[in-house]
Amino acid sequence: MEKTFTISVFTENSVGMLNRITIIFTRRHLNIESITASESEIANVFRYTIVLKTTDEQVNKVIGQIEKLIEVLKAFVHEDDDIVHQEIALYKVKMNHASSNELEKVIRENYARILAIDPHYIVIEKTGHTTETQSLFDKLKSFGILEFARSGRVAVTKPMKELSQYLKEIN
Amino acid sequence: MNVEKISGAKALILSLLHENIHTIFGYPGGAIMPIYDALYDFEKEINHILVRHEQGAIHAAQGYARVSGKCGVVFATSGPGATNLITGLADAMIDSTPIVCITGQVSSHLLGTDAFQETDVIGISMPVTKWNIQITKASDIPMAIAKAFFIATSGRPGPVLIDITKDAQFELFNYQYNKCHFIRSYNPLPKIDLNKIELASQLINEAKKPLLLIGQGIILSGAENELKTFIEKANIPTASTLLGLGALSANHALYVGYLGMHGDYAPNIKTNECDVLIAIGMRFDDRVTGDVSRYAKQAKIIHIDIDQAEINKIIKTDVAIHADAKMALQELTKLVDINKHESWLQEFKDAKKIEVDTLFENEKQNYTHELKMEEVIKCLSSITNGEAIIVTDVGQHQMMTSRYYKFLNTKSNVSSGGLGTMGFGLPAAIGAKLGNPNKQVIAIIGDGGFQMTLQELGTILQSKIAVKILILNNRFLGMVRQWQELFFEKRYSFTEMISPDYIKLANAYNIEALQITEKGNLEEGILKMLQCTSSFLLEVKVAKESNVFPMIPTGASVAEIRLK
Repeated sequence: MEKTFTISVFTENSVGMLNRITIIFTRRHLNIESITASESEIANVFRYTIVLKTTDEQVNKVIGQIEKLIEVLKAFVHEDDDIVHQEIALYKVKMNHASSNELEKVIRENYARILAIDPHYIVIEKTGHTTETQSLFDKLKSFGILEFARSGRVAVTKPMKELSQYLKEIN
Repeated sequence: MNVEKISGAKALILSLLHENIHTIFGYPGGAIMPIYDALYDFEKEINHILVRHEQGAIHAAQGYARVSGKCGVVFATSGPGATNLITGLADAMIDSTPIVCITGQVSSHLLGTDAFQETDVIGISMPVTKWNIQITKASDIPMAIAKAFFIATSGRPGPVLIDITKDAQFELFNYQYNKCHFIRSYNPLPKIDLNKIELASQLINEAKKPLLLIGQGIILSGAENELKTFIEKANIPTASTLLGLGALSANHALYVGYLGMHGDYAPNIKTNECDVLIAIGMRFDDRVTGDVSRYAKQAKIIHIDIDQAEINKIIKTDVAIHADAKMALQELTKLVDINKHESWLQEFKDAKKIEVDTLFENEKQNYTHELKMEEVIKCLSSITNGEAIIVTDVGQHQMMTSRYYKFLNTKSNVSSGGLGTMGFGLPAAIGAKLGNPNKQVIAIIGDGGFQMTLQELGTILQSKIAVKILILNNRFLGMVRQWQELFFEKRYSFTEMISPDYIKLANAYNIEALQITEKGNLEEGILKMLQCTSSFLLEVKVAKESNVFPMIPTGASVAEIRLK
């Protein structure tokens, strides 16, 4: 049965890591839903957060092959209940006098933020799960969305041994 | 301290010497010229074999590594030099062969500009290397080399590629070399979980019909003696994969044969009758398992492998032991009981008899005056007493060799297993001869595979390599033809193949050669080849249309192995 998994991969900071990781998915014909990378809580250790829909069996094989990469410190796989996750979405929406009251209401009700205002458009930010950012997208549609961008998922885990602890163990 | 600065190129050579490397297979070109220039001063210390094609270099390095247990080293230039290595890298990757490839690269300021002979070899080789790195500064060379050898030779071995830009080869710096023994993100020697060993030993002690499958992992971890001690104590019949052949002598009383698609009848059918299946240093390749959904379903499965990613990849295990084969066998031997499985072993003997009788019957019915591949291999095996190093290419001759050559020694069987690379045989035999010069090295090759890399006859000529070449010429791409016969209604689409005059060809390279067409001349011809102190080419014209049996057809279970 296909489920949504969030994979956290901790790697050394070396050139080409993203490529090394993604080709493992490509080879198994798996489509990555989203991927983000940033430095983790430990200097020079990078954290990749990868979301994909697949089966338990496939995801475990993928994790095995990711961990086999020389510069990967550790990879973990989680289902949605094990993590706190978030995405950010930016909406550039057409602005005119007639719509401003209505727009203010939508922004308020959805706990969105205004980042920039121009006579012709307004840039709105919303963080949340995909369902939440998508719901705002649907509500803003009628105002005329000029541009839309949504980030990949970032996540921290609920129950997990800290990476620093793991590093101590292997060192 | 006032240290004299040296070039990146010279540092590379010194680093290789530090790693005890004295044999290199390579081919020069523009982007690796500074390294070749540095090599010029080390003629005494380093034996550089000039090949005729970079693919030949890497297959030779593989043959060298497989028989010597050392790391094979390859030099190639950028662009086409580097891309010509890819097949060999893929082969070494899937067959776990330790190789370090050094490729030249255009100068760092030209990277990404489509410069002459520039190619993204790091990107191209990423899926087929255990690790790769591009070096743009001379000072990074020693560390990269140290890491490369550590990674290539430890854990599950594999190929590593280091791409060095031309400016880094020229650059001067203060050289210092430190061997690498530790990388924090890499754990080549897993700690054995002794609880798992105990669970495994319980299963083995309770088993009435245990069967052990061994792969190349036994050879790579040097566990041949530990294996013998273990099976002799627990009295377990033992079968081998293609790459495991020789890890246990074919003469051993507990050796029950060769696994897989063209393997022996007994171990294949008994896989689906055993109660405990122990697999060590093998990865349940589809050529071994046949239909996975009908593979050893009745048995408890114990899988010992140093590569965690292999565990539960194909076959769900009951006890998974992530460990080095040698260490695991030592621990396991302590806990297993001295045992006897006489009636179970008798079943293997009975099954073996069925195979021998049926194949003999087939032979009688299809008797022709033409020579058969299996006759040639049996003759070679008995004359060499199973003591030669045998290098094969890929196809029917390879399967016949693995079936009928009685490998008595470890590291004596060199073949392209996982990748099935035609053209592997001739260059790999060159490397094998250099890796073990005191042994008779015989390359057994079909007419198809030989024509893929025959340019390496030039290497044999120039470097005077006393390798013996046995061409089994059936004027067909035999294995593909066999499948066309059995599964494609004898539609022989592009499998018939014309060969050049191999005797003239060999003579052109100053290699003594002989052609055999009659059964009566076979033994004499093989003796002549073996007695020759330099290289020798023996062409045997074998039956055009002959099949390898037994055979597990694709999609069938191991129990459905066909004897005819």
